[in-house]
Amino acid sequence: MLKVTGLYKVFNRGTVNERVALENVSLTLEKGDFVTVIGGNGAGKSTLLNCVAGVYPPDGGSIVVDGVDVTRLAEYRRARHLGRVFQDPMRGTCADMNIEENLALARRRGRPRGLSWGVTRREREEYRAMLEALGLGLEDRLSAKVGLLSGGQRQALTLLMATLRAPKLLLLDEHTAALDPRTAKKVLELSDRVISEGGLTTMMVTHNMRDAIRYGNRLIMMSGGGIAVDVSGEEKKNLTVEDLLKLFEKARGDGEEIPDRMVLG
Amino acid sequence: MQEIIIGAVSLGLLWAVMTIGVYISYSVLGMADMTAEGSITLGAAVAAQTIAGGGSPYLGLLLALLCGMAAGLCNGLLHTKLKIPSLLSGILTMTALFSVNLHVMGKANISLLRMPTVYSPVASLLGIDKGLSVIAVGLVICAVIIGLLYWFFGTEIGSAIRATGNNPHMARAQGINTDRTIIIGLVLSNALIALSGALIGQSQNYADLQMGTGAIVIGLASLFIGEVLFGKRNFFIRLSSMVAGAIIYRLIIAFVLKLGMPADDLKLFTAITVVLALTLPGIKKAAQSRRRALPGGPQDA
Ligand SMILES: Nc1ncnc2c1ncn2[C@@H]1O[C@H](COP(=O)(O)OP(=O)(O)O)[C@@H](O)[C@H]1O
Ligand SMILES: [Mg+2]
Repeated sequence: MLKVTGLYKVFNRGTVNERVALENVSLTLEKGDFVTVIGGNGAGKSTLLNCVAGVYPPDGGSIVVDGVDVTRLAEYRRARHLGRVFQDPMRGTCADMNIEENLALARRRGRPRGLSWGVTRREREEYRAMLEALGLGLEDRLSAKVGLLSGGQRQALTLLMATLRAPKLLLLDEHTAALDPRTAKKVLELSDRVISEGGLTTMMVTHNMRDAIRYGNRLIMMSGGGIAVDVSGEEKKNLTVEDLLKLFEKARGDGEEIPDRMVLG
Repeated sequence: MQEIIIGAVSLGLLWAVMTIGVYISYSVLGMADMTAEGSITLGAAVAAQTIAGGGSPYLGLLLALLCGMAAGLCNGLLHTKLKIPSLLSGILTMTALFSVNLHVMGKANISLLRMPTVYSPVASLLGIDKGLSVIAVGLVICAVIIGLLYWFFGTEIGSAIRATGNNPHMARAQGINTDRTIIIGLVLSNALIALSGALIGQSQNYADLQMGTGAIVIGLASLFIGEVLFGKRNFFIRLSSMVAGAIIYRLIIAFVLKLGMPADDLKLFTAITVVLALTLPGIKKAAQSRRRALPGGPQDA
């Protein structure tokens, strides 16, 4: 479903701030794979997801989604195949627009937008049902501005928007990191449910080693712009946090610290 | 006194069209589009030349609208395709328009005295004088524009434009071509501003190369007045409050002039009004949240 080959990304090339964020990253995801991604700060996790999503053009390598080379495709054009949830709850939704308008924007992802109504009455009923299934009490607040929602509600809504039209690839970048532990757990469980119900091919960056082990069928550890560890199947199921810490010690690049929150989380 | 009020209200209604244009670029898209200063003069110049050349005043309005769209398109292309920051691209377009406007007019001003305007048929049909006919035409045009925009920003494209101004990252993640939505917004905004210029020129019987100077600040002052007085309850009220704001701005100006403020100080007075509005607590917050959502700004990791 996703085939990344020899991906390079250099920020601020040719300046004193030059920084190689991705170095020869290759990765293949089969349909239905749920990969958790961990790694220290600055390891390149977000950059990898952003390159796949088309936020930055890569400086080398190729990205193929479901057989289509998207390496040079504009961000908005590949959006039709991708669902994304970001670390910052503000980033995935429009604060000044209401819940149904946000959902309606997501529903039209990858479709031509014309002069018909931005939200139709029929959709409204569908959204109500979807929100009810979410169990956050949002079904009666369709016309409330999203800016009034809590961080957890916004992330749940963003997740719903990302998966409203089954994406070929779901990209979750520390999407629970900004939430309090209880809310984070709820959003994470919701994500897991949505992913398994839809059989969605997923990359989920997390700072929590336990979550990285508990969820998904494959685990990747990034370090210094590359993939240092890649385990799946039985091997992944039997991993412990201690194993991961040892692997991390061995793999970590210069100046990369293990954030406390990664271990404690 | 009554004359002054009629004058202020009629001028306010025509400037309201411009204020709604500024609302689209400033509030919906989150940019201060300096093109406005050039496109308002462009509209007046094109309409005046059309009439002076024997054309219909209504054709003049249409041509002004189209020329405003072209000006907005130029700025939109400079900003989105050539990646010039929006403030600078607007200044560049405005500066270029100064020469264009001079070419259109051929001199510093064109008089429309004793020539037909869009107001003259209305005045003779209803048997009212020019001042009242400007109010009648202004009211109808504002109502039509509010109705059309209310519809347009509820459509799929309109929603996409609003999303772009509100959160460009989200918009792109939802498959919206933000370059295109920004361009459409700027085209629409400048079309209205040029139309406003055409209407103003005909109401005062001349087009003048300098009439755009300071226009953006007048638009912003009217916008803030509308916002402070009527809030942001819903889109219909917001659009209507732009009209109210533009009229109240003109009434305030007429009032302070009557109190003896020299006309030379008008622009200083308006600029100070905008500074005050920007620093008043509630407005300040709104303006800041808009700045955060500036499309095409630097992308954070
Ligand atoms: N937009 C950017 N401009 C400059 N440098 C960046 C940018 N985004 C990321 N980087 C740098 O690239 C490296 C990888 O960052 P990132 O992918 O965000 O790491 P992670 O998500 O694993 O913490 C870091 O050194 C970071 O400073
Ligand atoms: Mg990151």
